[in-house]
Amino acid sequence: MQIDATDRRLLRYLQADPDLPTADLADKAGLTQATCWRRLEKLRAEGVLRATRAVIDWAALGYTVEVSLRFTLDKTAPRAFDEFLDAARDVPEVTEIQTFLGRVDVRLNIIARDMAHYQQLYRDQILQLPHIADIEALMLVSNIKLDEALPL
Amino acid sequence: MTPLDEIDRQILRILSEDATQSAGAIGRKLDMSQPATWRRIKRLQDDGILTGRRVDLDQEALGFGVTVFLGVKLATKGRVSLEDFERAVSAIPEVQSVQHVLGLYDYRLRVVARDIADFERVLRRRIMTMPGVGNVEANVLLSEERRPGPI
Repeated sequence: MQIDATDRRLLRYLQADPDLPTADLADKAGLTQATCWRRLEKLRAEGVLRATRAVIDWAALGYTVEVSLRFTLDKTAPRAFDEFLDAARDVPEVTEIQTFLGRVDVRLNIIARDMAHYQQLYRDQILQLPHIADIEALMLVSNIKLDEALPL
Repeated sequence: MTPLDEIDRQILRILSEDATQSAGAIGRKLDMSQPATWRRIKRLQDDGILTGRRVDLDQEALGFGVTVFLGVKLATKGRVSLEDFERAVSAIPEVQSVQHVLGLYDYRLRVVARDIADFERVLRRRIMTMPGVGNVEANVLLSEERRPGPI
């Protein structure tokens, strides 16, 4: 799909304020409501605008500890990645799974209610994941910027 | 805050997939009336559990082919104010998130770029030139999954 400057502008406004009604969005982008709606529909149909998702504040649900766990896997095992990822998906406290090209193979973002809960998760679930060669942990102190916006 | 029950959890799961659905549509899925569903959503908002919405875009289709996670260690702590570093790094448009962490690095950055050459430009001209930046580790994202979390 060809994405033009108007599409980018629409997505930029929508990204900055996902609650913006189509009428206001059209106004800002200098389009009629019908054109604006048609363009958004097309971006949705083509999968460029995948979804609008609710943001859940895990701290408000009592999950105050957040840790970034970085794994190096034992790559001599042929199915190390698949088996590790399958097992990681079964841990509900894992909120993100990323694989990388670099010194780190896989990163898991994990949340816990408190340090005792984290310790229990770490021992009973994380250390049980298959093919781990090494783990490093980065504990979140604070989110400085977290909009994950694209520079459109 | 009242503890969540199974219906609250289902509402959170549904909204984290697609937050554009009306209370009526969600209610039908859960066999609940529109007003009862609306009241629950309202309570989740009032309790600060549902904090807002975000759009999920196909970044590759929009020309951003590369995402890199950077671990940044500050070289000269004390001489560089953390606030100054945080303000400067947050102002870079390609830097999508900045997290202050404890461990091997001081900060975790998520950086998006058009391609590797574009990433190199951002890294060399914008990030490495910032005062106090010491050791930097880059890992190029190959795949990513967002999980629903413990709900």
